[in-house]
Amino acid sequence: MAYYDEQDLDRFSEIGNHKPELFEKFMAWYQACQDEGALTRREKSLIGLAVAHAIQCPYCIDSYSQSCLESGSNLEQMTEAIHMASAIRGGASLIHGLQAHHSVSKVSM
Amino acid sequence: MTSLPVLDPKFPFTATSFDEKLAAYDVKLRARSVETLQINVGKRCNQACKHCHVDASPSRTEIMTKETAELVIDAIRRFRFRTVDITGGAPELNPSFRHLVTEAGLLGSHVVVRHNLTVMFEPGQSDLPNFFREHGVEVISSLPYFLEERTDAQRGRGVFQKSIEALRRLNAAGYGVQASGLTLNLIYNPVGAFLPPAQASIEGDFKRELQARYGVTFNQLYTITNMPIKRFLDYLRRSGNEERYLRRLVDAFNPHAVDGLMCRSLVSVDWTGRLYDCDFNQMLELGVDPELPQSIVDFDPERFATRRVMTGAHCFGCTAGAGSSCGGAVVPPEYPAGSGSV
Repeated sequence: MAYYDEQDLDRFSEIGNHKPELFEKFMAWYQACQDEGALTRREKSLIGLAVAHAIQCPYCIDSYSQSCLESGSNLEQMTEAIHMASAIRGGASLIHGLQAHHSVSKVSM
Repeated sequence: MTSLPVLDPKFPFTATSFDEKLAAYDVKLRARSVETLQINVGKRCNQACKHCHVDASPSRTEIMTKETAELVIDAIRRFRFRTVDITGGAPELNPSFRHLVTEAGLLGSHVVVRHNLTVMFEPGQSDLPNFFREHGVEVISSLPYFLEERTDAQRGRGVFQKSIEALRRLNAAGYGVQASGLTLNLIYNPVGAFLPPAQASIEGDFKRELQARYGVTFNQLYTITNMPIKRFLDYLRRSGNEERYLRRLVDAFNPHAVDGLMCRSLVSVDWTGRLYDCDFNQMLELGVDPELPQSIVDFDPERFATRRVMTGAHCFGCTAGAGSSCGGAVVPPEYPAGSGSV
């Protein structure tokens, strides 16, 4: 069995076959988050794309790539969003280097 | 010439026909008027775009004859269509094109020409901006994106740079210039298997980028959904995108789009004089209701103004998201524009 199947994206609602009330609450929240508000749909799609890369979800990457195109972003803009997510991930790792430095200092003469 | 694929009446992936979808929302699709006569003067074009629903190209020979053009002009004379919308192919390549524009204008119709920009560089066409201006033509031109790579990917190598030069020449003639009274509208359509973005949003991008990068101005941007017909359907099949795209069209069905569909106020005539509900039906040879006259010669404005519109699976393309027509999105801004992602 493959761990990821792109057909599963269309079958997402099957999660609701069990504990449907929880899935319904999730979907209502999820859909409400998509609506235009203080942020445009384009901005929200770019955030979704960046987060999708940060959490490395192939379904979300697929979905939000399409969403970015359909809200008017181009590949240049999408790539910048992906670099933002990656840079923050990288920075988050790098700043933990100070923990290592502290640990080394603590046990060093 | 290779034969291109056609859609099943019901998308095999959803088993839903367009008429069933309308019925599920209790929506009726009938014409409410005939304000526009859209004339497709033939399939000959100087380009061969990858998404073309006409399958137009330089090698096509099907073009409206002078005799048929006279029959169309006679219909304009008798029925005084508010708008005459001329398309192709590249309509300028039809020898009767200028006669058709001139006569339609003299008869009081507002004349729209769907001008692909690059035809301006074909022999004998360099004066088109002045011709358009002299006849008060509204120019509508395809420019799928403001970046060269994307536009050329769809319309052919070198098309973008030629298109920009053509836009500059139209601007120089007054087209798309504020307060000139000469209208230059652009068409955005997605370069691939996805729906167009919100029209107002992408129009802002086009205006800003075309002005900043190339000093080009225009009036409005219309977003048009790629229809799963002819070359675009062939592309969907070859690229493995057919199922996903067709599902997307059905899932994004927006009942609020139906009211503004172009088939409700337009009649389309082909290069032979045969009548259709729209240019897409024309390319599928899906004629008007068989109970109605089939030829421009027998056009009956009263019967056509309330006619039943003939539909097929491709019609989902006009009702997806914010809707789509030859005049762009059709859903009023106060209504939702179809489903989101995931």
